Amino acid sequence: MNLQNIFESISQVDPEFNERISPRRQAIRNMFNLGQKVSLAALPLAVTALFNKAYGQSAPTDVNGVLNYALTLEYLEAEYYTIGSSTGGLIPSGPATEAIATIRDHEVAHVEFLKGVLGSNAVAKPNFDFTAGGAFANVFSDYDTFLALAQAFEDTGVRAYKGQAGILKGNRVVLTAALQIHSVEARHAAHVRSMRRARGGAAANQKPWITGANDSGIGAAVDPVYAGEDNVAQGGVDITTLTGVSGRFTPAIATQSFDEPLTAPAVLDIASLFIQA
Amino acid sequence: MKETNALKDQLYAEDSDHTSKGLQRRNFLKLAGGGLAGVALLNFASCNKDDGPDINGNEFYFGSGDIAILNYAYALEQLEAAFYIEVANKPFSGMSDLEKQLLTDVRDHEVAHREFFKAALGRGAINSLEFDFSAVNFSSRDSVLGTAKVFEDLGVSAYNGAGWLIKDEQYLLLAGKIVSVEARHAAVIRDLISNGSFANSEVIDSNGLDVSNSPTKVLQAAAPFIKSKVDVRDLPTY
Repeated sequence: MNLQNIFESISQVDPEFNERISPRRQAIRNMFNLGQKVSLAALPLAVTALFNKAYGQSAPTDVNGVLNYALTLEYLEAEYYTIGSSTGGLIPSGPATEAIATIRDHEVAHVEFLKGVLGSNAVAKPNFDFTAGGAFANVFSDYDTFLALAQAFEDTGVRAYKGQAGILKGNRVVLTAALQIHSVEARHAAHVRSMRRARGGAAANQKPWITGANDSGIGAAVDPVYAGEDNVAQGGVDITTLTGVSGRFTPAIATQSFDEPLTAPAVLDIASLFIQA
Repeated sequence: MKETNALKDQLYAEDSDHTSKGLQRRNFLKLAGGGLAGVALLNFASCNKDDGPDINGNEFYFGSGDIAILNYAYALEQLEAAFYIEVANKPFSGMSDLEKQLLTDVRDHEVAHREFFKAALGRGAINSLEFDFSAVNFSSRDSVLGTAKVFEDLGVSAYNGAGWLIKDEQYLLLAGKIVSVEARHAAVIRDLISNGSFANSEVIDSNGLDVSNSPTKVLQAAAPFIKSKVDVRDLPTY
């Protein structure tokens, strides 16, 4: 499976497809021109945003729906770290190996916990393709690619749970558990970001918190993961109009101070790239 | 550090109240008077004012319902902001450039949270609290980071534990937007103390769940640092 085939087959079935996504046609063409060189610089996370825009996608509407949505994301993360941890030569020995093992164990525990809560209502684990059809061919052979995707998954996870708060409102057991998972994902995200900063290069200035829309150093291709993180208005208050220790808060501080939610369709868009049909 | 260690022990202990049906006010008084393992509960108005509220006269009355929970969050953000302002003003000996950058960011985030709640609550906001950081040695890296760790884990547990008490969806979402930033702080502070401890078994249980504490428990833990007499009689808790 590759993205070009997907576009071609969709175009055959739905002649209007190209028209619907027309604003992005040039971008898509440019991506394919890169051929085998499609890499982190052209991560295709943005591509499914086009599908979403064109077709829409269903979102959870009840508590079980939210739990299964969460379970799907946890399946993805658990398998990702399980494969990464067991791939010889991928992760440097020492603190990095230990940290990834810690994160893996939490994601596996989240899967078991959510399956336990859902019982017979739990969805089955999808089959994952972490190369996203070949776009990340080196995800389990290049440590920086592995960490970059890990960061994208963790930051997405944090945003995904937040986006479902409304459905779980007032539910002592489920909302509390969801919040308890949510903050663990945020701890993971902060640590993975620090691991990437320590690697230098494009991530040399990476902070543990999210600054503006896409501070990842990965490139425009992960824009969907960070879309809306540049919001500075909270509950009707523009944070940049408030005064901090030394004058008004900068947009950087204002955006770092609040993590933004992502809608279920936006999250599923990102996740579906890694789910085999 | 004795106090912070004691409160750490208490916070990371199993939440034995978890299954109880909500804590009534009289039980709260009893609990407060019971002297929970080394944590002094000195200043909460609920402890000594049982006879009719004096709401109008109390600049630290939290209010009720969601407003009370927002004031609860505002009080915790005031605490953290005041702490990190001190940390940034009096850098501990040997503070590295990276540590300075991270701790200054954290200070600014906490001040932003504080100012946000103040603006959002408007006339419903409690006044600025006074704090007592005499237990903290600001020139000592261990003391500062140890206290920061307790505050950040406490903040995470507070938002996690209060979420279900919030009635308004927008307030709940705002709490969610803040708690993950507190969790990022907690991870960073923990890694500064010991790299790799960002989410260790001290805070994450075998189900992979982070800490969660009731408002009552959190305020008891924070009490040694709060000089002002807060009135939390109508704060939802359990």
